[in-house]
Amino acid sequence: MMLLEVCDVSKHFGGLVAVDSVSFGVPAGHIKAIIGPNGAGKSTCFNLISGYYPASSGKLTFAGQDITHLPMHAIARLGIARTFQTTCLFSRQTVLDNAIVGYRMHTRSNLFDALTRSPRERREERESRERAFEALRFAGIERLADRVAGSIPQEAQKRLAIAIAIASQPKLILLDEPVAGVTAEETAAHAELIRTMARTGYTICLVEHKMNMVMGLADSIVVLHHGKKIAEGTPAEVSADPAVLEAYLGVLAHA
Amino acid sequence: MRRALWIVAALIALALPFLVSKSFYLQIAASAYITAIAVYGLNVILGYTGLLSLGHAAFFGIGAYGVALLETRASWPFWPALVAACAASVLLGFLVGIVSLRTRGHYFAIFTAAVGVMISIVLTNWQDLTGGNIGIVNIPPPPAIGPLSFEGDTAKYYLVVAALAFAIALTALVRRSLFGRTLIAIAGNEDLARATGIDVARAKLTAFMLSTFLAGLAGGMFATYIGNLDPGSSGLDITFEQLLYLVIGGLGTIAGPLIGTLVLVGASQLLQGVEQYRFLIFGPLLVVLVIFFPHGITGAFNRLMAARPRSHRRTTATPETEAAVS
Repeated sequence: MMLLEVCDVSKHFGGLVAVDSVSFGVPAGHIKAIIGPNGAGKSTCFNLISGYYPASSGKLTFAGQDITHLPMHAIARLGIARTFQTTCLFSRQTVLDNAIVGYRMHTRSNLFDALTRSPRERREERESRERAFEALRFAGIERLADRVAGSIPQEAQKRLAIAIAIASQPKLILLDEPVAGVTAEETAAHAELIRTMARTGYTICLVEHKMNMVMGLADSIVVLHHGKKIAEGTPAEVSADPAVLEAYLGVLAHA
Repeated sequence: MRRALWIVAALIALALPFLVSKSFYLQIAASAYITAIAVYGLNVILGYTGLLSLGHAAFFGIGAYGVALLETRASWPFWPALVAACAASVLLGFLVGIVSLRTRGHYFAIFTAAVGVMISIVLTNWQDLTGGNIGIVNIPPPPAIGPLSFEGDTAKYYLVVAALAFAIALTALVRRSLFGRTLIAIAGNEDLARATGIDVARAKLTAFMLSTFLAGLAGGMFATYIGNLDPGSSGLDITFEQLLYLVIGGLGTIAGPLIGTLVLVGASQLLQGVEQYRFLIFGPLLVVLVIFFPHGITGAFNRLMAARPRSHRRTTATPETEAAVS
């Protein structure tokens, strides 16, 4: 069954067509990679799925529900979490609080609970801490819980971005260049983390430039070029596809 | 340590009527506390949530005129008048927020500034109701609650202290709650908050209503404490003064609004002879502070505390952690 279906989706920015009638599906439990040269429309694709931009046309379906016109937080509540290309955290708060805020949509304590320290506030506070620690443990950064997010190393920040996503208990996680600017060793460790996420039952959609990692990780790959889908298939199929080679080598030849 | 400082501050506040010789000083302290209540409101919306509300003094005005008019024109007793005035301030905050919080970026600041100016104009020009520039005089003090009378300077001073303690407790409780941490997260990274499933618009609206409640409360206390009222209390320049207190005291911190207000009101008193030039001193002070101590006096203090080696500290806390938990 397809967890996410992207059906004939386009996005125009004025005269620029960033995403042009793209269709693909992400089956539950899969790791799907979206690749393509710079400016191919990969991140825009993520921004459309997560509701950051509304699609100009087409339809997005998640777990059987039409999400095309939902606002970002409503889509997140249905179970789509995402990380951003530039590492994106609540950098002035502690690592633990970052994960607690990640779990926030599952708690309902409001201003009045805060002011009265109601039983619900205290129960949800305990519950949030437990879930947050689970997410931090999963991402391997539990020992940094009390540090301020902005002060931890870059690689740990990338793990925290994933921990925030996991704390929200999603079905689908969109990872936008999770290992950009990370050393080779750390990239391998991140690949392992992503594999563990898939084994745990999360469906993953990933945009990444590091081809070794993508080829070793993805169950299937969508290739975008100038906003259009030019190929889709297993890593082996895609890497043998003449259109893909031309897109990449063509770019290299002009660069 | 921090708790000890709060207890000392509370004891000084409570002992002040016995320490100062002239009731003039008591009045200055009480006025500063009232301003601090409003600055705590500003801290909720700007310090926690990261939204600049430039209409804050106007909500102070709604609270002040609400109490003054209900007491003098409708002969309401103080307490129900205070509740009604705060409710009016929050209701207006709700209406302003529901329109202006849909926008992003600087529009909220511009919109609230416009609302502030409009309220100020209404207070000045609706002479039949507000008395125009002369304002409202002879606002009665609160009626006694049982044996507690609020007639004298000292009694009214303690009433203001209680209101200030209420405002501090309120904002401290919010800061450490799940709701408060959500507000701080929104200030830190609104896109990520949205992507995490947080209804950002709703959280902002609630924060804005809490800030207008505290502004209204401060206004109501002002009306009954001072006993007379004019539109000068509600202008844009008052908002900027409160902003200055907050930034110098420490944005987003618990002690910041109080420290900033006390330090600057105290400094203003010392500079009385040259009052119209005081911003020549405050302006550069603000610039220096923003550059070297972005979290204000409170942030600088926390940094100092964190730099001292302490063996019982569990984790390797950075200055930022201290600022984040204080």
